[in-house]
Parts: sequence; C-alpha cells; structure tokens
Amino acid sequence: MIVNPIENGIVLDHIKAGNGMELYKALNLDKLGSTVALIINADSRKMGKKDIIKIDEVIDLNFDILGYIDPDVTVNVIKNGKNEKLAKIEPPQTVTNLIHCKNPRCITSTEQELDHVFKLTDRENMVYRCIYCETKAK
Amino acid sequence: MKSLIDILDLSVNEIDNLIDTANDIIANPEKYAHKCQGKKLATLFFEPSTRTRLSFEAAMYELGGNVLGFSEAQSSSSSKGESVADTVKVVGYYADIIAMRHPKEGAPLVASYNAGVPVINAGDGGHNHPTQTLTDLLTIKREKGRLDNLTVGFCGDLKFGRTVHSLIGALSRYENVKIVLVSPKELTVPEYIKKEVLEAKNIEFIETTDLESAMPDLDILYMTRVQRERFFNEQDYIRLKDSYILTPEKLEIAKNDLCILHPLPRVNEIKVAVDKDSRAKYFEQAKNGKYIRMALILKLLEVE
Repeated sequence: MIVNPIENGIVLDHIKAGNGMELYKALNLDKLGSTVALIINADSRKMGKKDIIKIDEVIDLNFDILGYIDPDVTVNVIKNGKNEKLAKIEPPQTVTNLIHCKNPRCITSTEQELDHVFKLTDRENMVYRCIYCETKAK
Repeated sequence: MKSLIDILDLSVNEIDNLIDTANDIIANPEKYAHKCQGKKLATLFFEPSTRTRLSFEAAMYELGGNVLGFSEAQSSSSSKGESVADTVKVVGYYADIIAMRHPKEGAPLVASYNAGVPVINAGDGGHNHPTQTLTDLLTIKREKGRLDNLTVGFCGDLKFGRTVHSLIGALSRYENVKIVLVSPKELTVPEYIKKEVLEAKNIEFIETTDLESAMPDLDILYMTRVQRERFFNEQDYIRLKDSYILTPEKLEIAKNDLCILHPLPRVNEIKVAVDKDSRAKYFEQAKNGKYIRMALILKLLEVE
C-alpha cells in the first residue's frame, strides 16, 4: 500500500499497534480539513506491527495526549520535504479532562463541573490516578 | 497556606513535631488555653460523626477559640444542591480554619483549592482520615516510646478501612516496621496499597485469615469494624461483620506489652471484657485524638 510522501506535515510513527485509532480521535484529527492517513498494522522491524498517522499539515499537537496514550511514538515534523525528528515524548505528569474518573464514590461523580485530573504515580507501569480519590485510570 | 488532606502531606519531621506539641499540651494544658483566642474553627460534617467532630470542637475550645458549623448534610446548603467549592468559599470568609468530613472521596481536596483558609480532612468516604492516623501515631509513640522497630497487626475490614490505609502509609516511612494483615478474603487490603506502598518500600508484610497464629508476634494490634455504610450489598455486610471478635481468651497468647488499638466506634469486634485488660488502649487513643488535633490546629494556623 502506498501513501504519498508529504511536503509539509507531521508523521506520527512507531505507534503501538492498536493505539492509532485512539490517537486519531483524541487528537481530533477527524476535525481537520487537510488529508490525514491512518495506517493500521503496518510491518515494523522493531515492533513487529505498528500504526502510523500522516497529517498533511503542520498542526499544534497536544503532547499531553500523545504522552498519555503512547509515549513511545516518534514525532516527525516535515517542512519543505525535510524531516525534523522531535525529542522523545515524556508522559505528562498530569492530564486534565482527557480521561474521566469512574469511581462512584469520587467527588467528581456528583460535582459535574469539576475537572477530572489524573496524576502519573508510576512512570514505569504508566499508572495514572485520580487526584481526588486515587482510583487508577483504566 | 497549608491544608492536611492526606497523612503523607506531612513529612516525618512534621509528624514528630506535632507529636511533641501534643505531648507538651498533655503535660501543660494551661500554656495553650488562650492560644487561639479570637479564632474560629468551622466543622463542616456532611456525614455523621461523634468522636471526630466533638474532638475537633473540644480541641478548638481548649485552645481558647470558637467553633461554628453543621453536623449533617441536611442542615447545609448542599441539600439544596450547592457545590463543595461554593460552600467552602463562603465559609472561608467566616472561619479561620475548616475541618471537613464528606462521604465523597476527594471532597476535602476540592475544599482546600477553594476555601482560602486551611482545610483539615476529617474523613472523606473510605479514602483518607489523616487526623485519625495522627491520633494512632501519637498513641503508639506514647505507649511504645517509638514508631520504628514494631510489628503491627491490622485486623478486620482492611479493604474499606481508611484508617488502616493511612496508618500503613504513615508507618511505612519508619525503619524496620513489619505489617501483619488479618482479614477475610473479601476484605483484604487493596492491591495498590500492597504494590505501591508495602512492596515499593520493601516493607515486610504477611497476609493471613488467622488472627490466633499472628497474635504472639504483635507489638500493636489495630482492630477495625466492618462498616455497614461502605457496602452496596447488605447481604455481604451481614456475612462478614462477625469475622473477628477479640476476646480475653484470644489475648492469652499475646505479648504482655501488646498495645490494642481501635479507631472506634466499636460494635462487637472487641468484647467489652477486653476493656479491663491493661493492654487495651483504644479509649486512651480516643482521648489522644483531641490533643493531636490541638497541635494540628496550632500548626496550620501558624500560632506560636
């Protein structure tokens, strides 16, 4: 399958197979006017299978979302055909309103206008916990 | 401006200082009788409590301060749908410090972001209860003279028992503390406490369903009640509520200097006959609760 190279845009490479669609939705790529290619289950020497997203436009990426969903993604920004690989993504220390607390005993379950904030408590295992009730994000 | 939401908000050094202040208050109460004159404590209790609320109120009165507040959600604006944030914003204009109990986990944290005055978590659902933990630590220190080199048994509801979770977290910061967890299989300590506290800090711990076999090794036995209000299902509560009942006979094999604690209220998990045993320290523990809360109020109000 061939997807044309891009002149100005972003390539998200080495997405863990299965995370591509989640990233596509979380980054609101369906709302963009420009061409976006979501490639699922591409062959990868390093990973076996991987997902790739190509965006035919340089946009402001939300690195918190990227870092939360898949901190191992490689971000390539292409400008005038030249590739600038960005530094390694770090998982964000906190994420706000990206995920929601499901604990029925949590204060967020009754106070609708509260932000849902999760904090990274275990970097190695990528564990995020609700700052209010400490419930682990699923 | 500092609040106390989780016991781990306090460093070991700060806890030591609070214990020292509480001991000084016990020895010299007259020295502290006017320290909070002109200051007001608001006790916002959205869930019923006897000991905690009264000990906060007694603490403030004994410091020469005043108290305002409510003791159930029905008598507050939350029954009209007011948010925690709005309630405490207003209370912060009327009081110098707030003690809050709320059935929802995290409500006191929300309060601390909005109040403009220090907030003390007086219990948020099954989550945290840091002033109970301070009470427990003060009692252990007074009874055993140390907080390290102890074998501490927890018995009963270790799943929903917030006092257990907080005390395990606090004790995990001291040297050579061994933890023995005694509970029915349905009420064991949550996995994250084991993984992120006990295993992460290399604390030696064992889990068992058998209190008798654990008894001879214990320096501290922390009994808990199976709490009806934490169960969604009444049948589960009835099945588990009588899992462990401490009797004088069961204590025959315990150390002579064992210290028996219980956050109270007790239902039937400690027989009244045990009260006469000199090792029973749970009423002493309840008494200590007032003194450590006095020390905490002084610290958070930055009263010298």
